[in-house]
Amino acid sequence: MATPTAVALDDATVAFRLADARVYTAVEKARLTVAPGEFVAIVGPTGCGKSTLLNVAAGLRRPASGTVRIFDAPLTGLNGDAGYLFQADALFPWKTAIDNVAIGLEIAGTPRVQALERAQGWLKSVGLSAFANRYPHMLSGGQRKRVGLAQVLIRDPKILLMDEPFGPLDAQTRQIMGNLLLDLWNADRKAVLFVTHDLEEAIALADRVVIMSAGPSARIIGDWRVPLPRPRDIFEARLDKEFHSLHREIWSVLKAEVLKGYAQSGAG
Amino acid sequence: MSRIGLLSLQLLVAIVGLALWQFFASVPVFGKMLLPPFFFSNPVDVFSQVVKWFSSGVIWKHLVITLWESILAFAIGSLGGVIVGFWFARQPNVAAVFDPYVKMVNALPRVVLAPIFTLWLGLGIWSKVALGVTLVFFIVFFNVYQGVKEVSATVLDNGRMLGMSERQLMRHVYWPSALSWMFSSLHTSVGFAVVGAVVGEYLGSAAGLGYLIQQAEGVFDVAGVFAGMFVLSAFVILIDMAVTLVERRLLVWRPAAVRD
Repeated sequence: MATPTAVALDDATVAFRLADARVYTAVEKARLTVAPGEFVAIVGPTGCGKSTLLNVAAGLRRPASGTVRIFDAPLTGLNGDAGYLFQADALFPWKTAIDNVAIGLEIAGTPRVQALERAQGWLKSVGLSAFANRYPHMLSGGQRKRVGLAQVLIRDPKILLMDEPFGPLDAQTRQIMGNLLLDLWNADRKAVLFVTHDLEEAIALADRVVIMSAGPSARIIGDWRVPLPRPRDIFEARLDKEFHSLHREIWSVLKAEVLKGYAQSGAG
Repeated sequence: MSRIGLLSLQLLVAIVGLALWQFFASVPVFGKMLLPPFFFSNPVDVFSQVVKWFSSGVIWKHLVITLWESILAFAIGSLGGVIVGFWFARQPNVAAVFDPYVKMVNALPRVVLAPIFTLWLGLGIWSKVALGVTLVFFIVFFNVYQGVKEVSATVLDNGRMLGMSERQLMRHVYWPSALSWMFSSLHTSVGFAVVGAVVGEYLGSAAGLGYLIQQAEGVFDVAGVFAGMFVLSAFVILIDMAVTLVERRLLVWRPAAVRD
């Protein structure tokens, strides 16, 4: 390979064994690369296997066929270079915010005092200095996501995998979180693979937007470069003329898949 | 309802209940005693019996014995439950092999074990402790087992992605989760520890609250039986309050709605 890649999925097919011994193919022959420092968003209809693809990149799930390469080395086991921000609540409910952030360092052998010091610094960067001793259930959904972000970033992973991290939040909080993410990302430009079902969010955040078809056997059916300048502000990016033309262009492809997805899941 | 209003209503229930008991046990209605004192005694006699126990100090010895038995039963039963619960949850094959036997022993009414324990361990405290252990063990065991099994898959994945080894997952994820399940059943398991001790004493012993009640019953001293029951329930309520305090301390991280 000529250009270095942070994440490279090569014809990755992911299949699940169902209870009645049939095999369900979630994703078929996905081919996707993320360059170092690149922010890639995957958009697709509900149930298309976006999260599955992310789990493959994380090493939490093996592909049935195809290969996964992380910084040009085949991935075996968990992806130690990656930080993963989950869609569902993934904080340790029995740890305070600061302990949740510090844990990644502590298990790597950093002395507790130092780990707590750095965790306090990270809580400050996500705007939660005053909430260090709160338990997750005492925080709002947005605050929990902030803690989650700090928990992942404190380990300084080279790759950031995000699974609809702001999905459960309300619209305003999502935008604020999006800007926070961009600010933090701007500092050292990690490779990001960001899964979302929200096309606007994807365009506003990412360098590239990848579209998946409706499942089963979902495929990657489109790949667009986002021409918006960096650093960006999400609120302003949405007002940009290019944003709208790109949105219209991608939506014309995505719409059919979304309708198909709805029809299959029976939600429509 | 205000706190004081509630409290006074609760008191009222006790007063009315006791007054009715006293009335029907001492005043004949249509020439007949509705609650013959021989079978029902009356609140005044019961109360004076309680006072006598405490003023003479005999009760303390029995209380201490019952308390000691309960504590031992709880400690040993919990320890066993935690170890086996963890082991079974982490080794599904072991759990599968032992499953029918666990179910069988748990289905057994524990009272029938009392004579065997007395035979094996004598009339001292250990036969009562053993009975309590068989009750406490299963509650703690099932809860720890469940706690380890029901760890959120996302939280586990998160731990793995943060770089936790199996041992660190054990310490930071499985263990706290299992403990929280165990603590949520703390009231039940402590209660059963007391039940085991008292029932054991009742069935054969030389001291303890159960012994006291059994002795009174043996000589048709109904006031003594009721007095024993009264002391026993006060004892259990005190223990329960202590458990609530401990629980508040240990489960601060849980949302309040889940606690009850």
